[in-house]
Amino acid sequence: MDHYIQKLTRSNELYVFGVIVALSILIQVRSGQFFTANNLVDLANAMVVPGLFGVGAYMVIVSGGIDVSFPALASLAVYATTRYLVDTGYTGSVVLPFAMVMVLGGVLGAFNGLFTSRLTVPTLIITLGTANVFSGVMQGALGSVQIPNIPESMASFGSATLFVAKNPTTGLTSSMPVSFVILVAVVAIVFFVMRFTMFGRGIYAVGGDESAAARAGFKVRWIKFWLYVIVGVIASLAGLVRTTMMGQMHPTNLLGMEMMVIAAVVLGGTAITGGTGSLTGVMLGTLLIVTVENSMILVGIPTFWQQFSLGLLIIVGTGISAHQVARSGNGLRAVLG
Amino acid sequence: MQTSILDSKPMRDLRRDTHITRLLIILGALLLLFAVVKTEGFLNLRTWQSMAIQFPEFGLMALGVMLTMITGGIDLSVVGIANMTSIGAAVVMLSLAPKGADTGTVTIAIAVAMVTALVAGTAAGALNGFLVAKIKIPPILVTLGSFELFTGIAILITGGKPKSGLPPQYGATFAGKLFGVIPVQVVVFAVAAVLIGILMSRTTFGTKIYMLGTNAKAAQFSGLNTTSLLVRTYMVSGLYASLAGLVMLANYNSAKADYGSTYTLLTVLIVVLGGVNPNGGTGRLFGVVLAIAILQILSSGLNMFPAISNFYRPLIWGGVLLAVITANHLSGKRSHHRISKRKGQPQ
Repeated sequence: MDHYIQKLTRSNELYVFGVIVALSILIQVRSGQFFTANNLVDLANAMVVPGLFGVGAYMVIVSGGIDVSFPALASLAVYATTRYLVDTGYTGSVVLPFAMVMVLGGVLGAFNGLFTSRLTVPTLIITLGTANVFSGVMQGALGSVQIPNIPESMASFGSATLFVAKNPTTGLTSSMPVSFVILVAVVAIVFFVMRFTMFGRGIYAVGGDESAAARAGFKVRWIKFWLYVIVGVIASLAGLVRTTMMGQMHPTNLLGMEMMVIAAVVLGGTAITGGTGSLTGVMLGTLLIVTVENSMILVGIPTFWQQFSLGLLIIVGTGISAHQVARSGNGLRAVLG
Repeated sequence: MQTSILDSKPMRDLRRDTHITRLLIILGALLLLFAVVKTEGFLNLRTWQSMAIQFPEFGLMALGVMLTMITGGIDLSVVGIANMTSIGAAVVMLSLAPKGADTGTVTIAIAVAMVTALVAGTAAGALNGFLVAKIKIPPILVTLGSFELFTGIAILITGGKPKSGLPPQYGATFAGKLFGVIPVQVVVFAVAAVLIGILMSRTTFGTKIYMLGTNAKAAQFSGLNTTSLLVRTYMVSGLYASLAGLVMLANYNSAKADYGSTYTLLTVLIVVLGGVNPNGGTGRLFGVVLAIAILQILSSGLNMFPAISNFYRPLIWGGVLLAVITANHLSGKRSHHRISKRKGQPQ
């Protein structure tokens, strides 16, 4: 029992959770609107897309890499799929769009994986390159424009709801989208893969120490390649969910989201140097950032502050965890030296 | 014994550097292609002048990024610093010299504004350096975060709108032409590049950042003050970014929080193309300057083909970046192979 308490108090997740609780109480006091059914459903709704991206970013960061190409990857996969389906006058079910997007996302992810598994160049630089290739293909070669009329089945999937929450005082309603189920499912699957499969343990091992992982018998290249394929699939899924929820394809809507997602993952305690991190942390980190972004209006802070506060959150959040790492490193050095 | 400049040690080093040779060949081929395909534009002085106005913007930023990458870090916040400081300069200029102010006041206002911008840029760099060296946050995260922070400050100052209506003297000076031919921007860039060249090759600071980038732990154990070294490196990067901001202010005659948004990738591309090792420790100023020239000529060359949409540009930049890192990887493998062969070790 003591062991668990000790583990809990040392974990980053607890602090992030504490910050979220403190923040939500603050917002509740200031606005009286936070702990209302519709606001909570709104938050869950806003978490779906960044949460899905966050799961992918978490896997990459645990492996010791960093991926900034996933919004461009998702945009390209979803744009190409939607364009094709609209041009061919597709009227069938939502299964085909999902299948197409995921295959395409996997292929684009393989493009990332080809470079990241073979070059020793930092993955940031590789994915900076591939991100531009993806958005260049979308905007240049495909000549992307906004597609206002997406196939009927996609639009109805996006507007389908699990339940509707109503705020009794203001009369505002918010609906819980079906796509929230996708987030839950992806989190569950990735949790299982990361914890109970050789592949998942390999991702942790590679992020902890690549040469040690290779000596322990992990196929480092193979792991890195398939990791990016999977991340591509998850990212394109997030892109499709966003498109169905918006009811239209806006090609550049996702671009620029990478920072907020990486911030969420790192705030949740995933070490940017790789090897450690948990999905609980990722979800808490995402919730924290979504709460900050969504609640500014509730508290009455102008949206101009959004980018500034995001930057501050990244620096303070990563600073605290980096400081903890440095301190434990110093402690170790003191013992050894 | 008399030796010509071509036989001096630095020149011999340059000739032995295969990467520099490769860059020179690429540059030569591009120029040749340009001269053959668009002879008229190639012979026109204005083509070259417009290039010389444009490249100092991202060229100055790339010089700062180069230094940080030699230490094994990276600076992704340069565009944020440039926009924040150029907005700061615009605000100072506009408040000190409102419309109709006399020449003396305007001159003072411009001087104060420039100093403010450069100091703010250096301070922003110092913040990056402090977070990297002292708090030990990885440089990628520091500068991605501070990019948001600086851009956020720029948005807070301007409310997201452009700042314009600067005193015309500013643009006349910094977007003017020396002797009626040479754009001032390129002179600023040349001076800045020479200064950084001196810093890298003639001072202990230069030697130390290479040592730090090659092996941070060894550098620390051999008694280098790595904290102060890193802080100073990021300060130089911030200073150069703010200089780039001042050039952008002159070129556009206005400042806005989201100008130059494609430059982040471009600076990284330039520095990597120029032969700086992204893991730190190696890289030459001459290679980076060549890379700047190559990319500017490629960019201007693309402009001459209206059929190629501007949206292809990221595709080309990204493609070039991937091609360069792959080529470097392959040639690095080959030279590694050669070395181990010479030593008689099995591969």
